[in-house]
Amino acid sequence: MANDPISQFKIQPIIPLEIGGLDLSFTNSALFMMLTVATTAGFLALATSGRGLVPSRLQSIAEIAYEFIAGMLRDAAGSQGLRFFPLVFSLFMFILIGNLFGMFPYFFTFTSHIIVTAALALLVFTIVLVTGFARNGLRFLKLFVPSGVPAAVLPFVVLIEVISFFTRPISHSVRLFANMLAGHITLKVFAGFIVSLSSLGAIGIAGAILPLVMTIGITALEFLVSFLQAYVFAMLTCMYLNDALHPDEH
Amino acid sequence: MASDTDDTVQAAPTSSDQEQPSPAAGDQASPAQASPEVDEQPSSGGEENAAPAGGEHASPADGELHTETQAHGGADDHGSDVFPPFDSTTFASQLVWLAIAFGLFYYLMSKMILPRIAQTLEQRHDRIASDLAEAERLKNETDAAIAAYEQALTEARQKAGDIARSTRERVQEAIEADRTEAETALADKLAEAETRIGEVRTKALAEVDTIAADAAQALIGSLGGVKVTKTELTKTVGDVRAQ
Repeated sequence: MANDPISQFKIQPIIPLEIGGLDLSFTNSALFMMLTVATTAGFLALATSGRGLVPSRLQSIAEIAYEFIAGMLRDAAGSQGLRFFPLVFSLFMFILIGNLFGMFPYFFTFTSHIIVTAALALLVFTIVLVTGFARNGLRFLKLFVPSGVPAAVLPFVVLIEVISFFTRPISHSVRLFANMLAGHITLKVFAGFIVSLSSLGAIGIAGAILPLVMTIGITALEFLVSFLQAYVFAMLTCMYLNDALHPDEH
Repeated sequence: MASDTDDTVQAAPTSSDQEQPSPAAGDQASPAQASPEVDEQPSSGGEENAAPAGGEHASPADGELHTETQAHGGADDHGSDVFPPFDSTTFASQLVWLAIAFGLFYYLMSKMILPRIAQTLEQRHDRIASDLAEAERLKNETDAAIAAYEQALTEARQKAGDIARSTRERVQEAIEADRTEAETALADKLAEAETRIGEVRTKALAEVDTIAADAAQALIGSLGGVKVTKTELTKTVGDVRAQ
């Protein structure tokens, strides 16, 4: 492994594959996506296979996750929002487990790539647009016209609302991407300090204690961030879906 | 973003300078990564040239980056010098595999896992509701039984009271009757006794006169020798008594 903090994000093909001039290789990123899917689906399938009236421990975990997401979606988008429950649940679990997988040393974090988070954010954005217009027709445009705003400033407010609406996928995706990227770089940099300091002899080893403590702290923080960013991504998805379902309650 | 990429780019030439002694490999990767990099280089380089023409993924930052890299490195291997998250050559692969992975995940969740959890939760909810209803029903039954018991108890108590009262009345009546009977009998006996007493007294009084006359005759006879007839004496006694 190279020692610079960027090489951990390198995409490396495992099974080269080229279709129609496009490089569609099965890469380390694809491997961890598939691992995430297999682990999560396998775990949940195992956990829910008992279907016990009194849940086992594993089943409790699956049910807590289910009710956590369902509660979040219901609070944010009302009971109509539950139509999108599979989507929000899948997004949350996929990102959460992907982030947590990235916490293993030498593992690849597919959420640290802007294209992945952008694709997920655009998926949500598209669903919001389609649902919004399909359910409300042109009333969906009321989203951009907040009620109770004086007519004089209304054009500006509408302009701001439109801009903020269309920049949503950017903030939605960059938030997750940048958090994962920055966290992993920070971790790598501090861990690198330990190695380079401890090669300087006794004083260096003593000095390396500080970055070691930092690394441990940042590792704990990164676990929190992994959960939090998955939560935030799912939460924002819920709020955007709420706009699609209830554009006039703004 | 721009500063990040600049840093990367500045870091890259030094590493490629260090790796320069192995021109056969033609890349700047560390020995551990050498073999995949060698395989990748020609194809990614070729695509990199095609990418700006194809166009839509390449951001302005990317374009800038290519030119800078070429200026610094002067080599054909700029594809792997790009900051990995902005390396558009990997976008197609990531998108395709993301679509496959996330599509599969969504399918598994929505068709298998979530219905299963929902069903389990619903079953539990129904079961709890029905158990609560059953408990409610049993409680009502118990309440009804308790009420019936209380009612029966009250009735029994009332009946016992009635029986006691009627018995008391009956006994009272019997006692009353006995007493009346006894009193009547006593009154009869009393009346009879009084009659007899009256008779006896009358008889006794009648004999008193005779006795008094006899006694007076005897007294007179022994005192003065005067002969008094019994008839006179009796008449006198009667007179005296009348007085």
